[in-house]
Amino acid sequence: MNRTGLQTKESNARLNLIKAGLKKRYFKERVFRFFGMVAILTALAMLAILFVSITGKGYTAFEQTFVRLDITFDTEMIDPENTGAKDVHSKGDYGGIVKKSLRQMFPDVKDRRQKRDLYSLASSGAAFQLRKMVLSDPSIIGTTQTIWVPTDDDVDMLMKGHIKVESGVSGRIKPYKLEWIHSLKDRGALEKRFNRALFTSGDSREPELAGIWGAVVGSLYTMMVTLLLSFPLGVATAVYLEEFAPQNMWTDIIEVNINNLAAVPSIVFGLLGLAVFLNFFGLPRSAPMVGGLVLSLMTLPTIIIASRASLKSVPPSIREGALGVGASKMQAVTHHVLPLAMPGMLTGTIIGMARALGETAPLLMIGMVAFIVDIPTGIFDIATVLPVQIYLWADSPERAFVERTSAAIIMLLAFLLLMNAAAVVLRNKFEKRW
Amino acid sequence: MIRDGEDSFKTVGTPTLQKNVKISCRNVNVFYGTKQAIKDLSVDIADKEVTAFIGPSGCGKSTFLRCFNRMNDTIKCCTVTGEIIIDNENVYDKKVDPVLLRARIGMVFQKPNPFPKSIYQNVAYGPSIHGLAKNRAELDDIVIESLEKAGLFEEVKDQLNHPGTSLSGGQQQRLCIARAISVQPELILMDEPCSALDPIATGKIEELIDELRQNYTIIIVTHSMQQAARVSQRTAFFHLGSLIEVGNTNKIFINPEHKLTQDYITGRYG
Repeated sequence: MNRTGLQTKESNARLNLIKAGLKKRYFKERVFRFFGMVAILTALAMLAILFVSITGKGYTAFEQTFVRLDITFDTEMIDPENTGAKDVHSKGDYGGIVKKSLRQMFPDVKDRRQKRDLYSLASSGAAFQLRKMVLSDPSIIGTTQTIWVPTDDDVDMLMKGHIKVESGVSGRIKPYKLEWIHSLKDRGALEKRFNRALFTSGDSREPELAGIWGAVVGSLYTMMVTLLLSFPLGVATAVYLEEFAPQNMWTDIIEVNINNLAAVPSIVFGLLGLAVFLNFFGLPRSAPMVGGLVLSLMTLPTIIIASRASLKSVPPSIREGALGVGASKMQAVTHHVLPLAMPGMLTGTIIGMARALGETAPLLMIGMVAFIVDIPTGIFDIATVLPVQIYLWADSPERAFVERTSAAIIMLLAFLLLMNAAAVVLRNKFEKRW
Repeated sequence: MIRDGEDSFKTVGTPTLQKNVKISCRNVNVFYGTKQAIKDLSVDIADKEVTAFIGPSGCGKSTFLRCFNRMNDTIKCCTVTGEIIIDNENVYDKKVDPVLLRARIGMVFQKPNPFPKSIYQNVAYGPSIHGLAKNRAELDDIVIESLEKAGLFEEVKDQLNHPGTSLSGGQQQRLCIARAISVQPELILMDEPCSALDPIATGKIEELIDELRQNYTIIIVTHSMQQAARVSQRTAFFHLGSLIEVGNTNKIFINPEHKLTQDYITGRYG
């Protein structure tokens, strides 16, 4: 009786001791959880700020102001001798036609300087638009058509409210020009429409004509080269190092070097590409081929490291099982280990590719920063890529490029989101339990 | 009875056999780096019999088992010396191709390790990489026969396309046995095949081993002395990398010659 009482007392004391300690432990846990939540919320807030500011600035770029013109396709100005030949049509004075149409809308304007301002209402791209129409359908020569053409970026900015006229003098828009714009608006000849040029054209000096399609295609070609080079090479390297290579000083050196390469600043790879691919091998400047090569060098270490980690995580019992029934080493790897490691390898590859997609610095060194209007048609064409296009536009003085820069950033982020989503889907699809 | 002392690690019992020898091992040493895991071991394994390797953890019985199909080759710092002669051919001869060797020697591992593929593919893998089946029908026959021999066919005949990993632990282990016998090996090595299984699954595997003995030579490593007594005809007792005693299972368990053997089987250590 006495003994049991003593024991209860002792055990009570022990329980109280544990209880007192427990409070402290729970408190620590709460503090840890609190900091974790704070960190996550901060990150989410930053992300939200980024998205809000970029979409807030960029969404207006998806619309463009158009002006309605009554265009007379004057035979005199396009094909005076009525040859009907395509090369004659392509040399027609379409700029003159646009000017004539604008003069007809504002017949009072006589002053030379004012006339020049009048002409600047419509984009210089209007003439190209007319030429394209004539070339695709020569029968419209001699007729009068109502056509919507993009306005100049100043008018566009004014319509979108990015240029404040009320607040005082605006050097770019003179009072009489403002009157014309109001007059056009009253006549219903100004309208905001979906900005197709943004998605279908290459770069341009004129913001209203500039598009990201050239950069998107350049990025796709560059990524294609990067993927085709770095994925097979990276996986093969990882498989060799992890499954076949003997463990000795040389493989240790190689491993250290691969880890170091993953941390090398990307601009250094750009310099390497400039020295080796352009100067030594004489590959073309500004080409997606060279961009892809440079980005492959940059992505390879990431892919190798991710692939090796993924191979390491395949349980050795799978290898033993395959070897045990008489599979050769190569068969054990290709039939069993590689399929199991593939999800991890794909994730690593897509993360590396996403990094490569957003890379600017090394591409500056190999000339992909050039002003390129044409849409590239192959990996040896001159091209630029999305992040470089963003860099170029962000550097441009025109107000209209601000919103286009944000629009391009939205597109880049959309691409990255797509790639990361693909990584998740692929991982879930191929992941197997053992 | 031999007690601790000078000659206490010399093999006693009947390590060599006069007839019916499938494998004869002579002066086998295994090193992991500089650490010696198997010390100058010589023993004969009889044909179409179950030989059990028993001994405390870390005594080298699994290491020795993995010498027979050169599974130790996959461990980087492992070296093996001596001779392991299976049917007049030294396994460690330079001319011997380990892949061919492993096609002749099946292995079942401690933890069931089916491939994360379908039941059918698990069993069909060996025959198909070795080209043992001329067509799909023949492969089907091999798969069904192997599953039947492993006593699993009745349970899985409707789910051959289900993943092998979805089976229970005991079924997985029998699937691994089916996989091992699908390539018609002469010898089956079992490395503690029941250590991860419950008693019912263990019983099934033991029955299976007893049936397989008709056609195959089997070496089984086990921690359970009851299991060794139940399934094996000969038993070898290992201690610290040495083969202490080997002989008929009945003799080892009833009347061991060596003090260490007696201590181990009576549960005084290990």
